[in-house]
Amino acid sequence: MAVVDEVEIKASSDTLLRGGSARGPRNTGQIIRFLLLFAGGILMVMPIAYMISTSLKWPHEVYNLNFIPDEPTIENYTYVLEDGRFYGWFVNSILIATITTVCNVIFDSLVGYTLCKFRFPGRYIVFIAILSTLMIPTEMLVIPWYIMSQQFGWLDTYWGILFPGLMTAFGTFLMKQFFETVPDDFIEAARIDGLNELQIWWTVAMPLVKPALAALAIFVFLGNWTAFIWPLIVTNSVGMYTLPVGLSSFGDEADVAWELIMTGAAISTIPTLIVFLIFQRFIIRGVVMAGLKG
Amino acid sequence: MADLILRDLVKRFDKAEVLRSINLEVHDGEFVVFVGPSGCGKSTTLRLIAGLDDVTSGTVEIAGRVVNNLEPKDRDIAMVFQNYAIYPHMTVRRNISFGLKSSKASRAEKTRRIEEVAAILGMTNLLDRKPAQLSGGQRQRVAIGRAMVRDPAVFLFDEPLSNLDAQLRTQMRLEIKKLHQRVGSTIIFVTHDQVEAMTMADRIVIMKDGRIQQVGTPADVYHSPANMFVAQFIGAPSMNLIPGAVAHDHGVTLASGQSLHFDRALPQGRNVTLGIRPEDLSPDTPDAIVEGQVTVREPLGHETLIYVGTPSGDLIAKADGRTPPEVGASVRLGALSQNIHVFDADTGEALL
Repeated sequence: MAVVDEVEIKASSDTLLRGGSARGPRNTGQIIRFLLLFAGGILMVMPIAYMISTSLKWPHEVYNLNFIPDEPTIENYTYVLEDGRFYGWFVNSILIATITTVCNVIFDSLVGYTLCKFRFPGRYIVFIAILSTLMIPTEMLVIPWYIMSQQFGWLDTYWGILFPGLMTAFGTFLMKQFFETVPDDFIEAARIDGLNELQIWWTVAMPLVKPALAALAIFVFLGNWTAFIWPLIVTNSVGMYTLPVGLSSFGDEADVAWELIMTGAAISTIPTLIVFLIFQRFIIRGVVMAGLKG
Repeated sequence: MADLILRDLVKRFDKAEVLRSINLEVHDGEFVVFVGPSGCGKSTTLRLIAGLDDVTSGTVEIAGRVVNNLEPKDRDIAMVFQNYAIYPHMTVRRNISFGLKSSKASRAEKTRRIEEVAAILGMTNLLDRKPAQLSGGQRQRVAIGRAMVRDPAVFLFDEPLSNLDAQLRTQMRLEIKKLHQRVGSTIIFVTHDQVEAMTMADRIVIMKDGRIQQVGTPADVYHSPANMFVAQFIGAPSMNLIPGAVAHDHGVTLASGQSLHFDRALPQGRNVTLGIRPEDLSPDTPDAIVEGQVTVREPLGHETLIYVGTPSGDLIAKADGRTPPEVGASVRLGALSQNIHVFDADTGEALL
């Protein structure tokens, strides 16, 4: 029995050394590729690991660059979660990110679908005009947005935070490109079957571009969840802050409470992970379907 | 079920005129096949009937009412598309029931119709499957089912068999024909395959460059083609064409100097083209028209196609399957005068 075990162990270690296959040793190119991917992975994970590490440190230890805290504590989590403001910011962020995501999914796909599937004069000009707004940086738009918000009385309101992000040029472009892949025959068959244009868009076209909708939902949710500049400018009262703005206010004039900011940031990654986990299967399925389409 | 009438139908896309004055009457319960090469306007005609494109001028009349300004859903038609257009995210049942979206029938009535259609098409056990779990033929049946469930006045089929393999195409051809016999609906079927047209149609509409070339039964268009295009398009292999000139009222002289006599009178002095189907051109006839050498043989079992190089060009004839002439052999090809078509060489129109 011992001999058998030894043979099995040797065989499995050989397989492991060969990279899990019986095809022989991997070539140098593959090794380099894995090393590069490994380095990339480390680079991506490092800030997150450091965020979590800092959130487990006492204030006096924050500026020590050690990864593992000398005296780990969950005191920061207790403090942040017991601080009533955090819940308010969290709710604000959830509300704003969710509403903008839903609105983008609906409006971007409606406009993208219209530009893609309807022939009308000026269609191309409208599309170019929408695309051209991609070239204007947010920083340039902030001032007109602010003036507009001020004149409409939207300062320090949810609507004020929301309105610039309800529709995006990128989302419209993305959806238009995906609707190009939906054969016109589907749309025409539905027209003959008696559906109106809105029903066709919702019942026939939208389910066929689910991967794009999932990608758009992730992008928009994350973009709004982490948005900082505009919410900072348009909100005045602490109760209207979103999570990133609220977290930045931790600390006082003399010091910044990095351990609390990192704790809040760690907690705030949870919804983004949930959103990604919900929608990623659609993206993967979309990629697979695209690969199999013959 | 209803009559369908197209009057002076014209369609232009910008400056390109793709349909030129199409006039056609399709009778109630008739199976009419539009056939022609790519770009001849057959699918465009179908789309105009369906209301998927706007008519430039002329009228489309279904069951006695002009439908030019009606939406597709209000025309009482159903269409089966080339790539099936069945929704991949819905089950077979939902796909079929989709055709009843605008119906005011009760839920029970809708269910009954879906199951009835499924039974006719032999898909009762497939109702809860998604299209990805179906074969090509089954998907095509779902598309037909979605059209059938609406019980429309006119069925429109836009090259529905072209995505199927040869065997399945033959099978579906038969099934559609049986279906037509069973439900007796008016069917307009578009195809570029002349075999499909010949085997399925009550009447065939042959189109070229946006014009109707001939309308007739399969036998009409095969045996009495209206012009050289129809003569060459219908039938495989194509009709042989031999140039000649009308020497006198009843006689045509070929380039080889050979003279042919016809019972009916021909316009004197006119350049003509004689058309002879390969099965009518035989190496065994005593009255030979042309002589030549066999260049290629294509054995088909019961018969053999022989390609013969002659002074009038390469001709195709059908020879006996058991003892065909050898390649290189000299043959004298002949045909009975009643099997020879005469076309005007300039206009292409049939003279005899």
